[in-house]
Amino acid sequence: MLEISNLIKRYGHDEPVLKGLDLSVEDNSVVAIVGASGAGKSTMLRCINRLVEPTSGSITLNGSELVNLRHRELRHARRKIGMVFQGFNLIDRLTVMENVLAGRLGYVNLFQAVTRRYPATDIERAFVLMERVGIAHYANKRADELSGGERQRVGVVRALMQEPEVLLADEPTASLDPRTSEQIMVLLQSLASELSLPVLINIHNVAQARTYTDRIVGLRHGTMIFDGTPADFDKEALDAIYGGIESPEDETASPQADHGKSEEEVRHDST
Amino acid sequence: MTRPETGGAKPPRTWRKPPFIANPLLRYGLLGVVAVYLVWAFATLPFNWERISEGLPRAARIFGGGFPPNFSRFDLLLTGFTESLQIAILATLLGVLLSIPFAVMAARNVAPLPVYLLGRAVIIVSRSFHPVIVAILFVAAVGFGPLAGILTLTLYSIGFVGKLLAEEIEEIDWGQVEAMRATGAGYLATLYYAVFPQILPRQVGLSMYQLDSNLRASAVVGIVGAGGIGSTLMNAFGRYDYDFAFAILLVIIAVILVSEGVSGWVRKKIW
Repeated sequence: MLEISNLIKRYGHDEPVLKGLDLSVEDNSVVAIVGASGAGKSTMLRCINRLVEPTSGSITLNGSELVNLRHRELRHARRKIGMVFQGFNLIDRLTVMENVLAGRLGYVNLFQAVTRRYPATDIERAFVLMERVGIAHYANKRADELSGGERQRVGVVRALMQEPEVLLADEPTASLDPRTSEQIMVLLQSLASELSLPVLINIHNVAQARTYTDRIVGLRHGTMIFDGTPADFDKEALDAIYGGIESPEDETASPQADHGKSEEEVRHDST
Repeated sequence: MTRPETGGAKPPRTWRKPPFIANPLLRYGLLGVVAVYLVWAFATLPFNWERISEGLPRAARIFGGGFPPNFSRFDLLLTGFTESLQIAILATLLGVLLSIPFAVMAARNVAPLPVYLLGRAVIIVSRSFHPVIVAILFVAAVGFGPLAGILTLTLYSIGFVGKLLAEEIEEIDWGQVEAMRATGAGYLATLYYAVFPQILPRQVGLSMYQLDSNLRASAVVGIVGAGGIGSTLMNAFGRYDYDFAFAILLVIIAVILVSEGVSGWVRKKIW
């Protein structure tokens, strides 16, 4: 059970990116977070594992508070939060197995990490999970030799190696082709029910969000404006989330201008 | 479709490269300042033409005495070179190993501000003096011989490799660092997994370059008493053995050509 209450994130003295978010996610439910670029989806996810420091608010995972943790306590809390990234963020020059075992870095000591002497149980777990997602035969290949879909599977397995209590996925399919991204969504969905793990997925593809998740949360300008089942997510909700993002009163803006603007936003978001 | 008209009634358009300095006053003013300074500098430096003309026959005698080069004391030459090579290799190993912690300290993205300033300071200090000046200091501190040479070139290597490596660390793909942090990995484990693999090829290349560079420098620092072939060369000059000195110079050129070829080849292989 993940509970976020009144989460605020402000960079410097700018307008807050997140304006008092409240969200609670039950175990083994898959939640899609949709919203235009810059709506605060990525910031929200990163506040949960504190890759981004929340300005104020509270985030609890199974009853323990995550905000205000420091150093060792923070690292221990992070072990319970798996994360899958848009750009995979694998260590390209290391092997698939090393990447997968890196999910145990929060558990092993530095000597074990540097010499790759991971406990036998970790190695066994790595093989089991890699077999589950179909990449076990790549164990000794360099991570950058794999295709996009395979790389994201490595990313998922690395997150699962942490024995997480919640899985965060920051646009896990945005760098993949449509077919492969469907496969990754199916994988995330089935893993959530197999491991009874709550999964939060930031996603741009509304069709996929509808198909593969139990609940959709819509963000706009840092506030939640939709929360419901995929069946409730209608045209009206879609327009509320994505419609006229830049200037709602300026209805006459040409499509080209809109397109250019959204591209600029994407670039801004990725920096 | 309209084709561009060629040979029409219009005169051909002209184009000139815009000047590097747009303001003409500044442009010609700077040229004038440089010219005046050159004239003034040549006019005021004490060139003693009488002495120079007297010295020319002496130079001719030295060069004449160098022909033919005398390789009869080959064992002395060999001893000097072996020592230079040992100095260069030991200093490279030490310098490259020590440059890693200093590079980490001097990289703004992985070091906290006070540590960063300390790391930068060490690198700036070790880069600010030419090895010959450092060698003079070390010869005074630890006496004549190879130890002074090793210390000098180690410091030189730390400065050079440390600076370039720090810049490399500042340009790594940050996503990999985020991914390791998200697993709950500690600071050093994150360095080992997310940072070092990314800078490894650069590090190997720099080490090869530094070995080559240290070999040259070891001949130079030997002249001020820090051991190796430089000392042999200085002794030969001191005893007016110009033919032997000339033989040493030829061998230095040959060795440096070979080492440059080898290091260039290795660097090309790994990049």
